Amino acid sequence: MTGQIEGSHNDMVRAEGVHKSFGRVESLKGIDLTVQAGEVLCIIGPSGSGKSTLLRCINHLEKIDAGSLYVDGELVGYSRRGDRLYELRDREVCKSRSAIGMVFQRFNLFPHMKVLNNVTIGPIRVRGVPAEEAKAQARLLLTRVGLADKMDAYPNELSGGQQQRVAIARALAMEPKLMLFDEPTSALDPELVGDVLAVMQDLAQEGRTMVVVTHEMGFARQVADAVVFMDAGVVVESGPPDQVLGNPHHARTRAFLSKVL
Amino acid sequence: MPTPSSDPTEQAKKSGDADKGVPLKTVPLRHPGRLVSGAILLVLGAMLINSLAFSTVTRNGKSQHRFQWDIVSHYLFSGRVVRGLEVTLELTALAMGIGIVLGIILAVMRLSPNPVLTTVSWVYLWFFRGTPVLVQLLFWYNIAYVFPQFTLGVPFGPSFVTIDLNTVPVFLIAGIGLGLNEGAYMAEIVRAGIISVDEGQVEAAQSVGMRRLQTLRLVVLPQAMRLIIPPTGNEIISMLKTSSLAYAIGLTELLGSVVLIYSANYETIPLLMVASIWYLAVTSVLTVGQYFIERRYSRGAARPRVPWIWRKLGQNLRYIRPPHDAPSPVGGS
Repeated sequence: MTGQIEGSHNDMVRAEGVHKSFGRVESLKGIDLTVQAGEVLCIIGPSGSGKSTLLRCINHLEKIDAGSLYVDGELVGYSRRGDRLYELRDREVCKSRSAIGMVFQRFNLFPHMKVLNNVTIGPIRVRGVPAEEAKAQARLLLTRVGLADKMDAYPNELSGGQQQRVAIARALAMEPKLMLFDEPTSALDPELVGDVLAVMQDLAQEGRTMVVVTHEMGFARQVADAVVFMDAGVVVESGPPDQVLGNPHHARTRAFLSKVL
Repeated sequence: MPTPSSDPTEQAKKSGDADKGVPLKTVPLRHPGRLVSGAILLVLGAMLINSLAFSTVTRNGKSQHRFQWDIVSHYLFSGRVVRGLEVTLELTALAMGIGIVLGIILAVMRLSPNPVLTTVSWVYLWFFRGTPVLVQLLFWYNIAYVFPQFTLGVPFGPSFVTIDLNTVPVFLIAGIGLGLNEGAYMAEIVRAGIISVDEGQVEAAQSVGMRRLQTLRLVVLPQAMRLIIPPTGNEIISMLKTSSLAYAIGLTELLGSVVLIYSANYETIPLLMVASIWYLAVTSVLTVGQYFIERRYSRGAARPRVPWIWRKLGQNLRYIRPPHDAPSPVGGS
C-alpha cells in the first residue's frame, strides 16, 4: 500500500477534507480530524450535523465523495496508484472492515441466532477461527460484559442494555484495532445506560482506540481524550474535553452545550 | 349499566348501592347474531351431509346414491389412480424445487447492484408472468419443432453435449415448464422477504466483515424465511393443483388417470370425486407441514410463536359465546 503518509504512523484515523453528499444534501463539508492510536475521541453535536455519517465513512459503510480518509495509515475503500484512487473490490473492503468494530444505535443483533452465535459468527465465518476456539473467546467476552448467563438466549429475550453489551462483545470478537460507537446509548431506557457506559469505559482504560458519537456529556468529559463538536457538516471545535465542554470558544458550541447539559 | 327503567327510585337505589362500595358487576355484550348464523349453518350442514351421504337419485330406472360412493371407494385406491397420484406428487416436487431455486436466484439478481443481472431478472419475470402457464406448457411440449436439438458448446464453435429434444420424456417437460413459470412467482415472494429485513442487519453483517453473499446467506435469508415460508406454502398447494394442467400435454398424472378411467366407463362424477378427495387429502397434509415449518422459522421473532392449531380453533369456538367468567375488557372484579 502506498497510502502511508509521513509522520502519521501513530494516527489510527486521519480525515483530510472529507466530503459526503446524499443527493443534493451535503452531509460532510470538508472534515479534518485525527485520532491517535490508543485515544478515545467523542464526537458531539446536534442531530443532522453529520457525526454518524462521518463514523459510517470511516467503516466504508458510506463512500466519501472527496478528500481522503486513512485508517491505520491505509486509505479507506480505495488504493492509491500514482495520482489516482482506485476503488477497492468487495473482498478488500470487507477485509479492512473486519479490523474495525462497530456498535450501532439500534444494536442490530442477528435475531435468529443465539447470543453466543451472534458473537462467534464473525470470527468463524470471516476470520476462519475454529468453532471451539471462537466459542471459548466469545464466552470470555460475554463474561466480561456481564452476560455470562445469557449465552443461550435469543436477542429479543434481552433488555436493550444487555443487547447493546452483546453487540459490543460481537465487535470485540473480531479483535479490532479501532472501535466505532454510533450513539450506543440513545435507544436505551435511562436506567440501562450506565451498564453500557461502564463497559465502554472499561475498554477505554484498556487503551483501545475508540471513536464515539454520543450525547452522553458526562461520559465524554470523563473518558474522552479529545472531543469534537460538529454542526452542519463541519468540525466547529475540537480539543481536550475540559476545553470543548468546559470552556468552548465558539458561540455554536456554547449554544449546543447550554441545551444538553 | 343497569337496564333503563322508568322508575326513578329504583335507579337511585341501584346507584346508591355502588356508592356504598358494592363492586359493580359487568355483563358481557351478547351476540345474538352469532347464535342465529350458527343455527342456519347447522341446518345447511345437515342438508349437505344428507345430499352427500343419504339421498338417492333415479338414473336409468335405478335408484342410486347421488354421488355413487361405491364407485368412488372402488377406484380411490386402485392401482391406476395411485400411480397417477404418485406422478402428481413427483411433478409438484420437481416443479417447486426448480421454482424455489430459480426464485431465489432471480430475486438476488433483481436486488443486485449489477444492472445486467437486474435487467435479466426483470425480463424473465416479464415474460413468464405475462404468458399463461398452459400456453407455456404447450410451447415446451412442442419445442422440438423449433429447436430439434439442444447443444452445449462454444458459440459458433465446437459442441460438447447435444440433446435430442424429441426424446425428452413428457414428465420432464411438464416439470421444467411448470418450474420455470413458478420461478417467476417465487422470485417476487423471495424479493419481498429480502426487502423486509432491516437494513441495519446488512450493516451489522458488513461491519463484522462479511461479504455480500455471506451476508445474504447467513443473515438476510434466514430472517427473510419467516416472510417467505407462508406464501411458499400457498405456492406448493397451488402447484399441486396447477400440475393437473400437465394432463393437457399428455402426462397421466392424477387428473389424467381418472380421465382415462371415466372416458372408458363414463362414471365421470364419481371419478372426479376420487381426484378431488386425493387433492384435498394432500393439501391438508401440506397445510399441517407448513404450520410446523412456520413455527421453526419464527425463532427469535418479536411476535409470539404461532399458536397450536387446536387451541386456535378452541379460541374461535369460545368466541361465538364468551363464557360468563371471561375477563371483561375493563378489568371487572
